[in-house]
Amino acid sequence: MSEAVKTLGEREPRPPLLTVEGLKVHYGAIQALKGVVLSVGKGEVVALIGANGAGKTSTLRAVSGMLKPSAGRITLAGQDITGMKAHLLVPRGMAHAPEGRGIFPNLTVQENLDLGAYLRSDTAEIAADQEKSFKLFPVLRERRKQLAGTLSGGEQQMLAIARALLSRPQLLLLDEPSLGLAPQVTETIFRTLREVNAAGMSILLVEQNAHLALSMAHYGYVLETGEVVMAGNGKALLESPEVRKAYLGE
Amino acid sequence: MAQLLQHLINGLAAGTIYALVALGYTMVYGVLKLINFAHGDVMMVGVYMGYATAFALGRQTQKTFLGVVLIFLVAMGGCALLGFLIERFAYRPLREKPRLTALITAIGISFALSYGFQLDIGFLPGAAPRAFPEIIQPTEWLVIGDRDVVVWNWQVMSLLIAVGLMVGLQWLVFKTRFGRAMRAVSYDHRVAALMGIPTDRVIAVTFMIGSGLAAGAGLLYAIKDTSVSPLMGLYVGLKAFVAAVIGGIGHVPGAVVGALLLGLVEEFVVGYAASTWRDAVAFGILILVLLVKPGGLFGRVAAEKV
Repeated sequence: MSEAVKTLGEREPRPPLLTVEGLKVHYGAIQALKGVVLSVGKGEVVALIGANGAGKTSTLRAVSGMLKPSAGRITLAGQDITGMKAHLLVPRGMAHAPEGRGIFPNLTVQENLDLGAYLRSDTAEIAADQEKSFKLFPVLRERRKQLAGTLSGGEQQMLAIARALLSRPQLLLLDEPSLGLAPQVTETIFRTLREVNAAGMSILLVEQNAHLALSMAHYGYVLETGEVVMAGNGKALLESPEVRKAYLGE
Repeated sequence: MAQLLQHLINGLAAGTIYALVALGYTMVYGVLKLINFAHGDVMMVGVYMGYATAFALGRQTQKTFLGVVLIFLVAMGGCALLGFLIERFAYRPLREKPRLTALITAIGISFALSYGFQLDIGFLPGAAPRAFPEIIQPTEWLVIGDRDVVVWNWQVMSLLIAVGLMVGLQWLVFKTRFGRAMRAVSYDHRVAALMGIPTDRVIAVTFMIGSGLAAGAGLLYAIKDTSVSPLMGLYVGLKAFVAAVIGGIGHVPGAVVGALLLGLVEEFVVGYAASTWRDAVAFGILILVLLVKPGGLFGRVAAEKV
């Protein structure tokens, strides 16, 4: 079993939104997660950092229902959602912009956005929300009639985030939003994420770019070979020598 | 010239029937990436359902407009249900298994239906072909010259039904919320679920629509052929599969074009060469298309995702 998790710095107390306890995931005989424990408070940005293969993506997938955990318990807003299917979690306020962006290249930008609001029927509100996302990412408005597959990587990431926001989630799961993007594009995206968080949305963020993630996050977890080995507030983790050595290349 | 025109009409009429069956193949392939080899046999079961309904209605009623509508409704509805059951109990448990597993299951269901229907116990009809009742009295819809060109009413009818169903399908796939969900599931059903799309239900409904279309096509075929037999599904199904592959499997208009092309080619081969060459030419075209354009006429060869 895991040794004690090293904890750094204070965590601002918040009512819990997501709790994950003893989460285990197997791919056949291979164990990807060995008992992950974490939580996200209401309005909190939580970063999950770690090397390739540490289990960051598996954690997000188990939380959003893409994967069935083999053990553990997940709750969202106080309700047990362990093992629930992904499409049943969307109406409960879960949105997941998956690894590799997960846009539908065979559909237009507009159709991708419409799918983000698939379960909503409040037409006027949807239109208003879509206007908001066009304000955040004006390029999407210009390209709304284009097939999403023709967008650049950065534009696809913007589309993925805009689409996820259109379901009006309580909790947004983001898997490597900065991957493969130019620095200015990354900056646009992270600025947007700060804005939506300031408006009250909770975010669970998986990033390879630990500096970027931790400087935005209120709280962070370090994952190593399927376990949380360290936790702490963003600032404290950024300053910790272990993190600096292992994930910030110092 | 008149002869050419006549062949053209016959070929189109045959092609529209293939097209309806091909659409089922292509839709199911679109959402599941599965060649549903049982599709032709589901069609055959639909024809028997129509046959039983016609029998139950009796000689007089089966020929009335309402009778014909009822026969089509029973066959199409029954087949939609059959498609639902096959998907639910044979394919869904294999959804996360390698694709080959589902493919072999499909072949198994195909044989179970086509050979099961050759038994003559209970309601099963037995191996011998039966005459399909003339629920539509063949009449000449249009005669040109001294019977140089004859267009039959059932040809016009199958053309209208087929075109109507295809336009409806195109509208469903590209203009509706359900169609958008179908296309999303077709690209990646795991990500589609993250949008809140109930992917299992979308796949089930797609199966039901495809199976219903097949039943309609099967009835049109049986009316043309005036017969029904347990092995008709293997034959028509294989031809429709060829049509779907020629057009680019997964591509809705491609299936229609491939089917019309196949219908025309077969008719011309029979008309100008010999009927024994018909199937050889049909499959020869398939091989040629696959050699030159492996994705079919309209399909793109997508790089396999790993």
